[in-house]
Amino acid sequence: MNFFLVATLSLAAFATVAGCASPPADLDLSLTRPSAAGKYVVKLEPPATPAAINQLHAWRVVLASPAGAPVPRARIAVDGGMPQHGHGLPTRPLVTQEAPAGTYVVEGMKFSMTGWWEIRLAIDGPAGADKVTFNTIVSEPRVAQASAQ
Amino acid sequence: MNPAASAMPGLKLVLRRIGGVAFASAVALAAIARADPAPTAADAERWSQADRDVLASLSLKRLPSTPDDPSNAVQRSPAAAELGRRLFEDARFSRDGTVACATCHDPARQFQDGLPVARGVGTGSRRTMPLAGAGHGAWLFWDGRKDSLWAQALGPLEDAAEHGGNRTRDAHLVARNHSADYERVFGAMPDLDGLPMDAGPGGSPSEKSAWDALSESQRESVSRVFSNMGKAIAAYEASLRHEPTRLDRYIDAVVAGEPAGPVALSPGEVRGLRLFIGKAQCASCHNGPLFTDQQFHNTGVPPRDPAKPDRGRAGATAKVRDDEFNCLGPFSDARPAQCQELRFMVTDDPAMEGAFRTPSLRGAAQRPPYMHAGQFATLERVVRHYMEAPTAASGRSELAHRPSIGRRGAPTGRAPIELTDAEVGDLVRFLHTMDADR
Repeated sequence: MNFFLVATLSLAAFATVAGCASPPADLDLSLTRPSAAGKYVVKLEPPATPAAINQLHAWRVVLASPAGAPVPRARIAVDGGMPQHGHGLPTRPLVTQEAPAGTYVVEGMKFSMTGWWEIRLAIDGPAGADKVTFNTIVSEPRVAQASAQ
Repeated sequence: MNPAASAMPGLKLVLRRIGGVAFASAVALAAIARADPAPTAADAERWSQADRDVLASLSLKRLPSTPDDPSNAVQRSPAAAELGRRLFEDARFSRDGTVACATCHDPARQFQDGLPVARGVGTGSRRTMPLAGAGHGAWLFWDGRKDSLWAQALGPLEDAAEHGGNRTRDAHLVARNHSADYERVFGAMPDLDGLPMDAGPGGSPSEKSAWDALSESQRESVSRVFSNMGKAIAAYEASLRHEPTRLDRYIDAVVAGEPAGPVALSPGEVRGLRLFIGKAQCASCHNGPLFTDQQFHNTGVPPRDPAKPDRGRAGATAKVRDDEFNCLGPFSDARPAQCQELRFMVTDDPAMEGAFRTPSLRGAAQRPPYMHAGQFATLERVVRHYMEAPTAASGRSELAHRPSIGRRGAPTGRAPIELTDAEVGDLVRFLHTMDADR
């Protein structure tokens, strides 16, 4: 399938989301964020190859202290959903392996439709429990501009 | 009614939700809302770039071939598909000799029966699903209690209300009537001499006790034949494909930037298509070339029997996890690492209570009645259900009512689906553009 995940903020991304439920204009799509209580700095890395709709894929989470030191051996639970549609993720993603430097592999990610998705992480590490929510926009790929007018 | 005026409430809603930042997009949407109903060959050029991206995603051209099923080594085997077709049409695989897979999945009716609930040797509790494209989803049945085409095919064979058969009888019937075809695909049939005619783990008390009396290796041999029946039927079902419809030809012309010309939709159908991908929100779940997200949603469809609310997906995750014919089971051809959908299955989401799988809309206009137990007789009734958004009998509906929106600056939550009578008619007209040619 030729659907692609577009994790950048753009009007084009908004416009190609079907169903008329445009995400908030000020939606924060940054992929590096402090956790809610400031205990960690969390970076979310999308797959290198854009993920297709309804295909399982993997993301990576890079966990650091506020000072930038890698945080290994944390437990991370993954949740999420579509705030504008009232449903959760179609799968229950799991951290399946821990890589060096506070990097965690999250497998079992899946998006079943275009639009605004939240990815919520519950982190339990050496500095205690904390949470962080990321936003991402899944949109259709662009087709070629019409030549006939 | 003036179509431009009738579109205005939706337009106002759109403008409020988008806000000033995306004003340019709003202007584009306004242009769409004022679309001229007059039929002209220039319809194709009226779609914005964003619309064309969405339209392209719905074309049958975007559908890949049926994905490989690692749990079924013979899914792509033509010999298996031919055996599967014979098994599919063979009514001897039923308690009274009258019910084949093809009885409910009628090849002449898009492989379904047109009944509210299936009628085999008894009466079922849900609507028969069509089969074209069925191999594209991770989960089968309305509640996803099976994780492959072949595991799905086995369920009805043993179900008391459907075929009412049992495993040893089915194995004996394969040996008697299909052994050459079977052995060409799966190798030698096991020796069934001395096995009782009627025994199985899910049948009557006498069938169950006869099954329990078999040795473990006998049970394994019989279940192996039984699972191979499913794999052959799955190979046949995987070969059942949708044909392009009038809508596909129209979309392909629009995307290519060509005048729709002879494949043009009527003005009402075009308006319906705009609604479908726009404010009617249909394309939220009915997305992609099969018009389904393949997921489970509670939309508050009333249960057929109010005394027996159907739990849908919530009642099915344990079944598929514990199914001996699942991807991880002893009859699967997959390595455990290939069973990713089971591994990452959602099992504890309260939203799965009363949730059912989004059905494909290809050919749906020719397949009344609608919903998981045939609750609605017409497409118009279906559309009005989504507008009414009734409270769910079990679980919680994802649909929204008007009071849940309008919080300024916080466009979260779902917008209600608000359509005029004329727009309901246009949506139904549009759905007929996916009618199968035969």
